[in-house]
Amino acid sequence: MKFAIPFALFAVLVAFFAVGLTRDPREVPSPYIGKPAPAFQLEHLHAPQQSFKPQDMHGKVWLLNVWASWCASCRVEHPLLVEMDRRKVAPIVGLNYKDKREDALPWLQRFGNPYVLSVHDLDGRVGIDYGVYGAPETFVIDKQGIIRYKHIGPITPEALDKVILPLIRSLNA
Amino acid sequence: MNAAPGFLAVALLCAALGAWGQASEVARPDPVVEKRLKGLAEELRCLVCQNQTIADSNAPLAQDLRREIRTQISQGRTDSDIRAYMVQRYGDFVLYRPPFNAATALLWGGPAVLLVAGMVVLVLTVRRRKVPVDRPAGTKGGRKIQALLEDDA
Repeated sequence: MKFAIPFALFAVLVAFFAVGLTRDPREVPSPYIGKPAPAFQLEHLHAPQQSFKPQDMHGKVWLLNVWASWCASCRVEHPLLVEMDRRKVAPIVGLNYKDKREDALPWLQRFGNPYVLSVHDLDGRVGIDYGVYGAPETFVIDKQGIIRYKHIGPITPEALDKVILPLIRSLNA
Repeated sequence: MNAAPGFLAVALLCAALGAWGQASEVARPDPVVEKRLKGLAEELRCLVCQNQTIADSNAPLAQDLRREIRTQISQGRTDSDIRAYMVQRYGDFVLYRPPFNAATALLWGGPAVLLVAGMVVLVLTVRRRKVPVDRPAGTKGGRKIQALLEDDA
């Protein structure tokens, strides 16, 4: 009985730590969920004379995937994106972030190009507007251009099956 | 986790680059702009090296954000405009001095609550201890104590 209170306090502390351990401090909740995707206009990576803006995808559920040839985790994620493209999950637009054309283009040639198109964000300004802090990052954007979900880091098969695919299905319904 | 080695590398890189300093970031630094930049950047968290400020970190993102803050200062934006710009993109997490709201109530109020609770426990404990010592000499317990003390002498 004498130890009831210290034991209770200890139990509370353990509960706090247990919850804390399941959370990833590197995953910062995006303030953009439920808000319109920030507007931008950027050159295509493959065709610099053409430009892309998010409104071009109006009426489609699409993914915006931030990638770069210098980004090691992007290579980890890449086969899954290629697979998603093969399965026609949703159109994926690449935001080629702070990368040089002469590095980015061979990278896509080598590992495959899952993107309907990539845009070239050389100085990273659009990345900042989207709150990007670590590539790869993936945004799920609905038919009205609202950001519905953001995945930070490489998409895992688990996240794809449990979160992203069901979300895309419900947004397309 | 396959992200762990990458994270470690980034952490080490941040530490190394942070120590390097940022002497030559702009060709001709304007002292007024640099002073305001420093004031702002010291209260903004670098999202890549989360325990560093944007002022301290030399992660590419921190450099870009310093460049962005410089541009906005020269465009005549106020400090609160610039802070709002950061919060809009990265959320309250970017502020080292987060605003008081439902999510941060425990963060701001927690220490005060713990302090008050500690003082209550302290007062109660001290009060409880006093009781046997202050027992008046006329009671049964008091006489017993008196007897024991005299016995000892």
